[in-house]
Amino acid sequence: MRGIIHLNNPYGDDKAIESCSIFGMMDTTGRRFGGRDVIRAIANMHDRSNGLGGGFAVYGIYPQYASYYAFHLMYLTVEARWDVEEYLKQNFNLIWAEEVPTQKTSGIVDPPLVWRYFLEVGNLRSEGQSEDDYVANRVMEIDTKLEGAFVFSSGKDMGVFKGVGYPEDIAHFFCLDSYEGYLWTAHGRFPTNTPGWWGGAHPFNILDWTVIHNGEISSYGINRRYLEQFGYQCTFETDSEVVAYAVDLLMRRHELPIEIVARIMAPPFWDQIERMSRAEQDLCRTLRQVYGSLLLNGPFTVIIAHQGEMIGLTDRIRLRPLTVGVKNSMLYLSSEESSIRLVCPDLDKAWIPMGGEPIVGRLKISEECPGVVMPQEVEVS
Amino acid sequence: MAANRRQDSQFKVDATGLHYRRLNQLLRQAVADGAERIELQNVYGQRYIGTDLDREVEIEIQGTPGNDLGSFMNGPRITVYGNAQDGCGNTMNDGQIIIHGHAGDILGFSARGGKIFVRGDVGYRAGIHMKEYQDKKPVLVIGGTAQDFLGEYMAGGMLILLGLNLREGEYHRASFIGTGMHGGVIYLRGSVDQFQLGREVGVAEIDEVDCSNLDRLVGEFASYFSYNAAEILKGRFIKLLPLWLRPYGNLYVY
Repeated sequence: MRGIIHLNNPYGDDKAIESCSIFGMMDTTGRRFGGRDVIRAIANMHDRSNGLGGGFAVYGIYPQYASYYAFHLMYLTVEARWDVEEYLKQNFNLIWAEEVPTQKTSGIVDPPLVWRYFLEVGNLRSEGQSEDDYVANRVMEIDTKLEGAFVFSSGKDMGVFKGVGYPEDIAHFFCLDSYEGYLWTAHGRFPTNTPGWWGGAHPFNILDWTVIHNGEISSYGINRRYLEQFGYQCTFETDSEVVAYAVDLLMRRHELPIEIVARIMAPPFWDQIERMSRAEQDLCRTLRQVYGSLLLNGPFTVIIAHQGEMIGLTDRIRLRPLTVGVKNSMLYLSSEESSIRLVCPDLDKAWIPMGGEPIVGRLKISEECPGVVMPQEVEVS
Repeated sequence: MAANRRQDSQFKVDATGLHYRRLNQLLRQAVADGAERIELQNVYGQRYIGTDLDREVEIEIQGTPGNDLGSFMNGPRITVYGNAQDGCGNTMNDGQIIIHGHAGDILGFSARGGKIFVRGDVGYRAGIHMKEYQDKKPVLVIGGTAQDFLGEYMAGGMLILLGLNLREGEYHRASFIGTGMHGGVIYLRGSVDQFQLGREVGVAEIDEVDCSNLDRLVGEFASYFSYNAAEILKGRFIKLLPLWLRPYGNLYVY
């Protein structure tokens, strides 16, 4: 660990004060905006990360290719690219391929090759299999069977950009100020138990689901084994990866709403359950019986996103921070309120949600469907 | 960037873009140069503001100070015209912190002395492991409500929760209040159920000594935030005390 301390603390004292930083902002009207504010906000929490991982997820980014799956791939070797491109041509209709634009950035050392592909699912999928299932299986196949290649983004009209470095340097490296989206999440990493490498940076992704995480999933082993039964292979060597696959399983495949998913990942304690109404007790007990292996143990704050929705959630005793800000149609989630205030000093509301209580931003489609789902009456301050 | 000196030992610092190490250097320098009043503007997340300052001085903060505001502080009075983040008052020894908005988690963490007044709500674990020794008794006064684990492992000092933003009949939402508490006292205005309390605390009615404590500290709270102290004191208060001074004294004794 000496190396890490030298990397992150130039002042020569022996402290490593960091933790991860997470930030998300969403315009619930669907208006697309550039990366400037999200980059400033995550850079403001520079001291929470240590240069061993930074990343972003952007939704609404590829309107010209919105109906195609956008794959972002990292290659450790040129040969890996040839293998993967051969594989993609065999398994998809390849609409477009290009190298992801990058620029030389001090602080970004020895990056992999990064390419993106816009893909259409042809007639190769089996009877009854959904396009999403077909694509998720192909992602797992590339990650586990092809040497030196990782799919780090695989959804439609969204993209993940990540690597080893501070988040603001990663943003510069990937020229993120030239993209627009209606929902951005950002992460600065301070790896605790697992290596700092390009694939291990956040966000973690499958299809259009992304997760950024601050904390430690100590139930990783149980969660991982459970997810393997459903075809998910954990290949990114870090605990946070299981959260992305868990939300894909629960929210996409099992079609559960986040209010239920929150009770699976951060369930109420047994004595709280005993004080609930009979119907609620039955629900909570059933969830703990059926999905007990997806309980996330240990401290966490996550921001989960997919097309049209951004969700903030902490563990039930809130061992990691989350602050919420709202200004008109904009929802902000952050490890620290100061980063929200930096880009929006005059918030309508700012508050700190209770542990285990999801904060949800949804695209506002009508008056009946409000953009930000308030958990309860909140104090304005 | 340097602190601008004005007349009568007043200093003003524009914190825009300043790293916390530089900002705290400027504060130390200003205090060494005889500052009586320091105004910090455009503060966005700089940590440890006021740390290791060890005499009385007024520090006013416009913006959102970062984590561990006033940690290890010994004497200054910090006023925040906004919200505070996590770890405010960490291990502070003396002085006051006055927050006009809300505060985040672990407010007054391990405080050994001084007073913290928060107008709004506070996050998880406010007052965790506050302690006292002889005349050093830290005080937290919270105008709103608190989240879980209020006064966790509290070893001394005084924690007052006023619940001024609760509606008629509304209970405080915090659970695990006073879990592991083994010293000090919590005064609570507003209602809680027994299940919201930790196993280590008991409930008592307030006595004359408590009333004089409350008069004094609620009076001070009210003076900072323009409340009517008498109105607040009309509410019903209960007192939470630790049932044992060493709840786990026998845990490892076979």
